[in-house]
Amino acid sequence: MAADNPLLALVTALASGRIRIVDLTQTLTPEFPQITLPPEFGQCWPFRIEEVSHYDERGPAWYWNNFSCGEHTGTHFDAPIHWISGRDLPNNSVDTIAVENFVAPACVIDCSGEAAADADFLLTVPFVEAWEAKHGRIPPKSWVLMRTDWSKRTDPAAYQNFDETGQHTPGPDADVVRFLVEERDVLGFGSEAIGTDAGQGYHLRPPYPCHSLMHGAGRYGLQCLSNLDQLPPTGAVLICPPLKIRKGSGSPLRVLAMVET
Amino acid sequence: MTMPFMRPPKKNPILRTRVPTLPPWTRSRVALGLTAAAAVGRFELQSCDDCGTVQYPPRESCHQCLSIALRWSPESGEGQLLSETRLHHSNDLFFRERLPWRLGLVQLASGPTLMVHLHGDVPAAPCAVRVGARLDRAGQAVLIAFPAEETPHMADDPQLREMTCDPRHRKVLVTDGKTAVGQALVRALAKAGADLVWVGEAEPWKKSPGLDALSDLPCVTRVPLDLTDERSVLQLAGELGGKVDILVNNAEVHRPFGISARRGTEAARAEMDVNYFGLLRLAQGFGPAMRARGADGQAGATAWVNLLSVYALSNFPPHGTYSASKAAALSAAQCLRAEMRAGGIRVVNVFPGPIDDEWNQTLPPPKLSAEGVASAIVRALRDGVEDVFPGDVAQEWFERWRESPKTLERELAQGGT
Repeated sequence: MAADNPLLALVTALASGRIRIVDLTQTLTPEFPQITLPPEFGQCWPFRIEEVSHYDERGPAWYWNNFSCGEHTGTHFDAPIHWISGRDLPNNSVDTIAVENFVAPACVIDCSGEAAADADFLLTVPFVEAWEAKHGRIPPKSWVLMRTDWSKRTDPAAYQNFDETGQHTPGPDADVVRFLVEERDVLGFGSEAIGTDAGQGYHLRPPYPCHSLMHGAGRYGLQCLSNLDQLPPTGAVLICPPLKIRKGSGSPLRVLAMVET
Repeated sequence: MTMPFMRPPKKNPILRTRVPTLPPWTRSRVALGLTAAAAVGRFELQSCDDCGTVQYPPRESCHQCLSIALRWSPESGEGQLLSETRLHHSNDLFFRERLPWRLGLVQLASGPTLMVHLHGDVPAAPCAVRVGARLDRAGQAVLIAFPAEETPHMADDPQLREMTCDPRHRKVLVTDGKTAVGQALVRALAKAGADLVWVGEAEPWKKSPGLDALSDLPCVTRVPLDLTDERSVLQLAGELGGKVDILVNNAEVHRPFGISARRGTEAARAEMDVNYFGLLRLAQGFGPAMRARGADGQAGATAWVNLLSVYALSNFPPHGTYSASKAAALSAAQCLRAEMRAGGIRVVNVFPGPIDDEWNQTLPPPKLSAEGVASAIVRALRDGVEDVFPGDVAQEWFERWRESPKTLERELAQGGT
């Protein structure tokens, strides 16, 4: 029976442990850093939480909090409308994106060694081609996740890695973004750092290529991911539905990966 | 001769902390004129517009000619000590705990005879003295006679110390070490002899070279503190709130916009979140322990300083949202002052004019240096003043505001001149 009912097969595999679920989400805390723009620009709110009541005079039998944050706080999803290049595309905001896109396979490209050696490491086309030589061609409508182990930097200062010249975090170069969109038809790009673009991405051509080109082509972004080291190079399936915010440019979300054991 | 105030011994942790008591604090409405002047560091008495008689104590009509045309005027305080009384007994709890206490009868050169507190260095009567007004622990004006000439360690007189908030041998928290003012404050407080200075640091990934340089000072400890984060404030308050003797809240967000020059409320919210709500969070975190420690030894909790802005008095439209957030902070600070009074903690509000920083870059001079703000704050703590207007711009705006708030509003609408 399970054989001809794929959903039953899935839950059976989950129950038996043949499929494992990996949480790729950073915990939302006030300490987790938010993206930092020059101070003359508007800023993304960090995550903030204040108690409404805690079984006390403010509410005797219940505990709850109010929280505030930006659409791009913590582990979050970027919709095409986030970037000016994607502003006129159809179904470009979190409330209108076809929900089928929120469940999709993922290819994980391990750049952890390179990122450890060079915080400004840029993923390139040859690097991806070398990965494909080992693991096969990236299938269309897949997420490409750049594993850098950046999420293991639990000190916010090390995670953000600012110096006088700005932020130093790894990301893709412009050519590889074009390649992934045009040659591989990916669904989107995911990163462990604060943005899908490198910390020095403003100095690339075009500036912020992963935002500009991915979103301009109607593709998505995931950032501040963690636990990518627990995923196989291919075969994981992501579940990543953002909050349904009208005209939302993105949202914090829980990202889960199903992995065959 | 006053003995220099030495570092007090460590507190005995098995003894009960002395509960703060206050000197008598009820005053008639007219007598509060003395407090209003002392709050900004002035000694004023009423003088009669009709016959010129200087009045004491404050009253409704002239004791010479019964005219009601009495005007508060600056008083030099020069006079003659006629007699002295040394209190060895009092039924008032505050004085009972601080006996013996010197009181004197002084005749001012301008006429009236006053009952005053006596500084320890005032010699036996008769002698020349200089009377000044100070705020006592209850926040009300009292008069104290000083020796005619400065003496060494004058500020360390035990009676005078009950009216001031000297940072020497006290532990101070400066809430934001990332700004130039914060760094100047830390240096000024260290120089003034503060025992320890904790320096708050928000968003540690935004590094500040000036803050790194403060680590040279042995009394300085950097602590994580983000006023927008209740948890961060409460955590620090839990860890060291019971040790903070002086809290200087200099954290602020300042964006130079009015209402129409910037769309939306994001920047205005950020200002309110730090400048107003930040003060509330700090007060809820640090207020209770400070209030309870207002009589904790010779160098117990004593003062809470808010860095406001002269724009809190009247809106400066080119910096309109910032002005509004500082007006909100001023209102909250008045509430805090009322609530801290029970512990004898002085709430000092500082109203600088434009500070010479990046957000005032396009304003023409005169602008206050960070060091100028810091030294004004240390001076206010030593003098026991509660409202401080550092710099020429602030002084001038304050006078114009006192004269006519409506006139100042119109002038500021025209650009401030």
